Amino acid sequence: MPMHLNIVTAEREVLSEEVDQVNAPTKDGRIGVLPRHTTLLTVLDVGVLDIIKGNQRTEYALSGGFMEVLPDRVTILADTVERADEIDEARAERARQRAEELLQEHRGEQDMALAEAQLRRAMIRLRVAQLRRKGRLD
Amino acid sequence: MASTREIRGRIRSAKNVAKITRAMEMVSASKMRRAQRNVQSTRPYVDHLVAIMSELMERMVGSARRGTLLEARDTVRNVALVLVSPDRGLCGSLVSNQLRHAGRFILDQRQQGRNVEVHAIGRKGRDFMNRYYQNVVSEATHLGDRPELAAMLGVAINVIRGFQEARYDEVYVIYSQFVNTLNQRSVSRKLIPVEPPPASEHHLSVDYTYEPGEEEVLRDLLPRYVEVLLYQAVLENIASEHSARMVAMQNATSNAKDLVRELTLSYNKARQTNITNEVSEIAAGANALVAMQE
Repeated sequence: MPMHLNIVTAEREVLSEEVDQVNAPTKDGRIGVLPRHTTLLTVLDVGVLDIIKGNQRTEYALSGGFMEVLPDRVTILADTVERADEIDEARAERARQRAEELLQEHRGEQDMALAEAQLRRAMIRLRVAQLRRKGRLD
Repeated sequence: MASTREIRGRIRSAKNVAKITRAMEMVSASKMRRAQRNVQSTRPYVDHLVAIMSELMERMVGSARRGTLLEARDTVRNVALVLVSPDRGLCGSLVSNQLRHAGRFILDQRQQGRNVEVHAIGRKGRDFMNRYYQNVVSEATHLGDRPELAAMLGVAINVIRGFQEARYDEVYVIYSQFVNTLNQRSVSRKLIPVEPPPASEHHLSVDYTYEPGEEEVLRDLLPRYVEVLLYQAVLENIASEHSARMVAMQNATSNAKDLVRELTLSYNKARQTNITNEVSEIAAGANALVAMQE
């Protein structure tokens, strides 16, 4: 019995399909969600989100959000989410460098918080992309 | 009376202006439609966030609000205003309406003895505030036609932190609401303290397990809610900007066409006058010759 997974961001609906399992990074550690899971509302952290459908596994870089779990339905409200094969590694690397430079420069508090968030996001994107390149994801 | 050559030149330039404004009108019309769709596409996220929020609010006692973005403070001394405005002009009275509104807002707050700091999203508002009030503390400009939420996160984080650290007691946003294609209204909304959204009826009261805990979830949820409200304001402002520009350009095109019509009329008059003059000169010359021969 599959369950329905919905991933939405503030910008758009990213995904809406039937899946068998969702592994998500929560603030308290990674959890796996199978159909008929108990109802749960949890805060997601920066990390790798993977979705298993049959014998196919898709990985996403997630930068935080919320997950609502119902027995037959999972909804993820993501801050940002990117599929592993859509990540441009070179771009992610540049973003990481830029964020690091910003952190070094030590400008206003606002910029610092933003740069820190960008850095974490870039790192997670790189990790997902690297995992994919090693063939672990295919 | 101007010479026919001069008038011809003016007709040509008026026609060129009409071509340009017509093109701008069509571009704005399509951008407006896209911008409206963009506003719509935030709905699934917002609806869900609101559903979870109202669920949580029901379970929480009032005292749990203290220290969150829900906390209404007894005395309000410092206010932040997020002024959302377009980056570019040529959109009729949209910008001046917004700026007048913002100016009135600041005056009003000051009369109540409150201090106002401005966070500007968009160039027009930033430039105006820098010139007349010098109180812009953070800004986000050049967002383009379809910004991502991340583009205005700096401003959002700034006002949220400002409230949490008690540098601000209230945060407002001013933007242009998209009423319809012909009508945009500059509105001000209170962003923080967050006014709990009306309880949604479509949510089936589920007894969730909250991880890490109810309060923690709410604490993480509220900033996102503020961010996405701000994001929606920006998207709606973009839709307003394009529709205002579309109407302004429509008017400009029809004005240019009126001008062409008037100029063509005076061109023809001038041309006929010239012909009449020439004919009468020839006739006069001929008459003079005839008179000489006699």
